[in-house]
Amino acid sequence: MTTGTTTARTYKDYGQPLWRRILVTREAAVIGALILVIVVASFSVRAFAKPITMTYLFLDIAPILLIALPMTLIIITGEIDLSVASIVGLSSVTLGVLHQGGMPIEVAGAIALVVGLVAGAINGFLITVVGLPSLAVTIGTLALYRGLAVGLLGTKAVTEFTEFWTDLAKSKIPGTAIPSVVILIVVIAIIFAVLLHFTAFGRGIYAIGLSPETARFSGVRVERTKFILFMLSGVVSALAGIYYTLRFGSARGDNATGLELSVIAAVLLGGVSIFGGRGALHGVIAGVLLIGTLASALRLANVTSDVINIITGTLLVASVVITSFLAWLRTKRARPGGKRTETLAAAKS
Amino acid sequence: MFGLKSGAARRRIATGAAAAVAVAMLATGCAAAGDGGDTGGSGDKGNLAITFLPKNLGNAYFDTSDKGGADAIKEFGGTYAEVGPATGTPDGQVSYINTLTQQGVGGIAISANDPKALCDAIKEARDAGLKIVTFDSDTSPDCRDLFINQATADGIAKVEVDLIAEQIGDAGKIAILSATANATNQNAWIELMKADLKANHPNIELVDVVYGDDDDQTSFDKTAALLQTYPDLKGIISPTTVGISAAARYLQTSEFKGKVFLTGLGTPNQMRDYVNDGTVTAFALWNPGDLGYLAAYATKALIEGTITGKEGDKFDAGKLGSYTVGKDGTVLLGDPFTFNKDNIADFNF
Repeated sequence: MTTGTTTARTYKDYGQPLWRRILVTREAAVIGALILVIVVASFSVRAFAKPITMTYLFLDIAPILLIALPMTLIIITGEIDLSVASIVGLSSVTLGVLHQGGMPIEVAGAIALVVGLVAGAINGFLITVVGLPSLAVTIGTLALYRGLAVGLLGTKAVTEFTEFWTDLAKSKIPGTAIPSVVILIVVIAIIFAVLLHFTAFGRGIYAIGLSPETARFSGVRVERTKFILFMLSGVVSALAGIYYTLRFGSARGDNATGLELSVIAAVLLGGVSIFGGRGALHGVIAGVLLIGTLASALRLANVTSDVINIITGTLLVASVVITSFLAWLRTKRARPGGKRTETLAAAKS
Repeated sequence: MFGLKSGAARRRIATGAAAAVAVAMLATGCAAAGDGGDTGGSGDKGNLAITFLPKNLGNAYFDTSDKGGADAIKEFGGTYAEVGPATGTPDGQVSYINTLTQQGVGGIAISANDPKALCDAIKEARDAGLKIVTFDSDTSPDCRDLFINQATADGIAKVEVDLIAEQIGDAGKIAILSATANATNQNAWIELMKADLKANHPNIELVDVVYGDDDDQTSFDKTAALLQTYPDLKGIISPTTVGISAAARYLQTSEFKGKVFLTGLGTPNQMRDYVNDGTVTAFALWNPGDLGYLAAYATKALIEGTITGKEGDKFDAGKLGSYTVGKDGTVLLGDPFTFNKDNIADFNF
């Protein structure tokens, strides 16, 4: 580090050309890491560089990708939804029980989505109207919704689904190795990207994450925004539950147990700050793909699942620790130059 | 180069460094696994690379069964490997079946976490030429090539009911401590036990079935809860190795030792202490090592084309002798074995 005052640095940051501002971001780093993993695995892991790898990868991570979209928005507001995997289970059981009772999958699926919406609305109500912390509320509903799911179906699993739908869940886009479910994910991802990055609602989400007080005084309807996000999270989780059920052809109360942690890990790896206010969807999507691709490559390399967990866990911790450490270092180095500019720089990034 | 690096650039370095760590681990993982990956070469009689896919890793029961498989594969000169999910979930197993299909191993010996959810993945594997043998816990019979049955459900249910009836004097309240609520084999046994109790032991009342999720601590807690809820309980049947040892550990130091009888399915090494000090009088099991051993030989016979898996097919299983395929593509290992104070010293698994 040479001379140059911090004021000059702040100026310089803003003065950087557009391409640098796009390329030198946390999101770009995650995408870079993803490409790196793909390249290394293609050369060093037997059977990785085949189209079928992509097919299985997308089939496996589809529920995580889907749920990560609303989760990103929720975490940017500084909240969290731990009940998503339980809503997956509840939606799965709803679909299974109703279909077993003779209802067509279309209707049973629609009802499962409504159940997800209601589950999300209950979270939203407790958090925004009653005013409880989302961490506490969704830990509670994590247990509650899972309990309902297991309670409804008991020890049984519903496995008789119309073949048309189970085949559709696993089908590929004709002429490619890409599963059809990717189309659904792309459509929903575009909706969420537009919502977050190109609307006043989305700017409100960032504002809430940076400071709920300021957001409120700036005219952002904080409670309403959060309520909508938790309902969206419920619906998308229910959709993931329908996909999960049809893909495995099995509706069970314990479907997708623990999935919430995979989702949150991917969102954080994708550059979303757990304190809110910072993050972008393309980073999150890259984060999900990075964890999924890494796990897929390691499995193909005959690495056992516990070791895979250790590696993905270490990756997540390393990315968070190194980021925090460098931020701390920056604060320390910037001190001689004056605290005020540093606050400015911090708020900017 | 730029004088002071921007905060964003630091974060990029951070994630880059984390990614480098991941890639390094990926590379090491590959190096470590390299010997397993490339030896799937096909000999004259087919590809004898056989992989064991237990319900989950870190389970002593499957460590034993898979070791039996490894011994058999060593005997006939094939390539042994073991992969599996960290927790007993069907989606985790599906990922591994997909992976093994991609790697092009010769056959997989699976203990299934769900009767239906694995079927599509297994179908794809069989289409790709892999031979699929289930052991310990079956899928739907139309999915796989063969099922190696450790004992008939009737045999297991009968030996457990007989043991508890003998121990409690054929009268009083009993409860069952099972594994997970969806475990195929456990539920089949429980149903048969209920039928047997009703028909042949009218004075024994089954008051509850609780689930310890094949987790030591959960099973321990459920045992404690059972004894609190039913103070006049005379006996507990735990048809799972994790459950029975956790229950025995609770009984050993509790006031109920010697008053509440415990039996079920356990392994001699886990139960030795409790049998020797009188906490447990007798329990039953097959030899999981033999089960894995037989599964390996059955997979070999399928790969070599000696058998196709139809009823009446005969194959050789090394030290265990000759076996015949029964109805629904099932091979029966033999009768359950009862372990007690007199014979437990003869066994070490």
